[in-house]
Amino acid sequence: MSAASVAQVRLDSIGKRYSGTKALDNVSVEVAGGSVHALVGANGAGKSTLGKIVGGVIRPDEGQLFVDDRPVRYTSPREARIDGIATIAQELSPLPHMSVIENVFFGIEPRRAGLVQWRRMRAQYEELVAAWGFELDANTKVGALRTADKQKVEILRAIACDARVIVMDEPTSSLTSVETKTLHRMIRTLRENGRTIVYVSHFLDEVLELADTVTVLRSGRLVRTAPVAGETEDSLVAAMFGAAAEAEHFEKPQGSTAQVVLDVSGLSRKGVLRDVSLQIRSGEIVGLAGLVGSGRTELARAIAGADPIDQGTIAVDGTARSIRSPADAMAAGMAFLPESRKDDGLFLELSLAANTTFADLGTVASRFGVLRLALERKKTTSLLTMLSVQPPVPSAKVANLSGGNQQKVVFARWLFRNPRVLILDEPTRGVDVAARAAIHRLINNLAAEGTAVLLISSEIEEVLGLAHRVLVMRRGSITREFGADPPMEAVMEAAFGLGGRTIA
Amino acid sequence: MTAQPSDPVAGNPVAAEDPVSANGLAAPRVRSARRIRAEHIRDYGVVVFAGALFIYFTVATSVFLTSQNLLNILFQNATIGIAACAVTFTIIAGNFDLSLGSIFVLSEVLAAWAAVHMGVWWAFPVAIVSGMVMGLINGLLVTKLRVNAFLATLATALSFGGIAVGVTHGGLLITPSSSVFTFIGQHRAGGIQYPVIIFAAVAIVLQLVLAYTVFGRHLYGVGDNRNAARLSGLKVDRTVIITFVITGAACGLSGLIDASTTGSGTSDTSGLGGSLALLAIAGVALGGSSIFGGVGSVWRTVLGVLMLGMITNGFDLLAVQDYWQNIVRGILIIIAVAIGLVIERRT
Repeated sequence: MSAASVAQVRLDSIGKRYSGTKALDNVSVEVAGGSVHALVGANGAGKSTLGKIVGGVIRPDEGQLFVDDRPVRYTSPREARIDGIATIAQELSPLPHMSVIENVFFGIEPRRAGLVQWRRMRAQYEELVAAWGFELDANTKVGALRTADKQKVEILRAIACDARVIVMDEPTSSLTSVETKTLHRMIRTLRENGRTIVYVSHFLDEVLELADTVTVLRSGRLVRTAPVAGETEDSLVAAMFGAAAEAEHFEKPQGSTAQVVLDVSGLSRKGVLRDVSLQIRSGEIVGLAGLVGSGRTELARAIAGADPIDQGTIAVDGTARSIRSPADAMAAGMAFLPESRKDDGLFLELSLAANTTFADLGTVASRFGVLRLALERKKTTSLLTMLSVQPPVPSAKVANLSGGNQQKVVFARWLFRNPRVLILDEPTRGVDVAARAAIHRLINNLAAEGTAVLLISSEIEEVLGLAHRVLVMRRGSITREFGADPPMEAVMEAAFGLGGRTIA
Repeated sequence: MTAQPSDPVAGNPVAAEDPVSANGLAAPRVRSARRIRAEHIRDYGVVVFAGALFIYFTVATSVFLTSQNLLNILFQNATIGIAACAVTFTIIAGNFDLSLGSIFVLSEVLAAWAAVHMGVWWAFPVAIVSGMVMGLINGLLVTKLRVNAFLATLATALSFGGIAVGVTHGGLLITPSSSVFTFIGQHRAGGIQYPVIIFAAVAIVLQLVLAYTVFGRHLYGVGDNRNAARLSGLKVDRTVIITFVITGAACGLSGLIDASTTGSGTSDTSGLGGSLALLAIAGVALGGSSIFGGVGSVWRTVLGVLMLGMITNGFDLLAVQDYWQNIVRGILIIIAVAIGLVIERRT
């Protein structure tokens, strides 16, 4: 297999089942060599599964995969890699304790007599980095890198392996908009060099801007494969959901005089947060904007007791609270939806009921800690139905749900507690358009009922769409404050530290 | 599947498909119910295999299926079983305990010492409390000092074992021939040895706690996703420590039973003390509980332990040489763990 040849991938009548559910049903797609081919669809539509089948991560139950018209049957990503197909997964899995260069060349190190030729490897690395315009220190431990840079490592690795087809699964879901632009630039360069990109995404604007061809999936079935030129966001949404989904506009009360619920003052944590103060009133949604690494997540975690603080006070409903653990924060009436539902949110092996009630088992247990399972089932069912989780079955296992439904389950756990303060870190990450809209409505409704909401999102549109006030963070401090519906450019400039006057 | 705390005992292989069928997707359900998947082998393999072994030994030997022999199997595995049921808690919560045997030995020795020097009644609280203290030490090392559970309990196993030798000076502590002391080890109720009754009681109580209490649910949560459990307001360290203390108490109880049965306390680890940890953990693994935590149950462990016991017993009856027992046990454990790993990789 020479690196120069342009690979073409064809999927013929692919079918895949997961514990009885059809994830893919008779899907046929042709991916032209040297193109960017996007796979779109709602969560659970099967777009990730299809991408994984191309990359050899998942084996199809039915149908045939062809690479350059040659039928192939991969049993591992490794075998796909040998054919020049590399996968960059949604949740990146580099070797955290090894350096960038070791990650890039892992398994393909230039060797002599079994020993790694470091000098040659370095030269190759420099060449690679220069040729593709990456800026990445070879010696940094990958575990210390940000997501965007980890992704670069994976892309470099794919190039170093002479990958002709690169499957990217939701590559921008944890990137800022600037990082996304950089990634798109890289993808275009890859395409110019004859690489084929399979781009799995739920960001339709990105797909329209970047891809040549788009395949729309709905509930595991192929809707259509078409050139992007003939598509619009509306046409794609219509194809994904069968009907045009409308964008939601929320009324934003201004200058609220309701009682202050959350009062944070002088919060500091060495190297992370500097003298952060903020107030959220009852019924108010405060959006926190800023670049990745600006301290948004760290602030949320500090308020929620997940990380220790060095200085500062936190008061809820006028009462100062000493918060040293998540349990303390919860006792104060806070609920914290963490950034990564897989790492910090869900119990994947447990049932929906167990996931929903975990943070407040006392309400479904007798005095001696004996669970009242019938009551738990009842309460869970009604909550899951209210959130339109599919399936709303308490005994179903969370691992078998799609991303959007999983996220709703994390919401369910916190709504189960009726919190005074709801801290949301990336509440719609990796969630399809419909679930996203549902979550936005939910957040708005909760605020309307008097909950104080702190909303963090990498998607500036999400923050602007929901927040009554927008705070911008930069380098661990809050540097700007805006009212409702500020101009996006102003917020972006503040996030980058351009223009405007800092107030902190 | 059955490992879900909401449905720990009465589960059946189709249960997890029910939500799907409830959604009106009946066709795939029929298909998948017919197919046997790795998860089913993990969940029910132990039941099927134990049943098959049982039938085989019944047919192959005339003695196996007699109440006397079956009671013997239970009696011989009661001490291992008690420790195994308790360590299932530790393992479900995502930890490990290699010090079972040493806690067993030191508790036994201390119980015998107390019986000799303080009066026979003292043996009971001393055995249990010393076991709990040793479990507490393990728990504190693992949580507060963040020592890897494997290493921490390997280290304490050495120390506890060493203390036991120090107490007995390497010999036997013969306990007073009082029926108070030998009661639980040497007597029967309704024809059933007390150790068997205690084993059954421990297993039932622990299974109920695991399946039907808040604490049990917490164990699954900690084992499945420690971060999520902490962020949900759980005092994770405390939960973990309690599992070690319960395991310690159970090993103390096992030590007491052994002392009572033999009328002595020994620090000699060539006996049960040396192999207890491995046999108990083997029983847990064989039952299909995940060594990585989050999945498992006590009734599985009971089946796993009894299966190991059945192999010993059946092979003895068939006059198969000793070493074959260990070879077969080893192979079975590898099969059980491999099935678990296949599932792990799939999800």
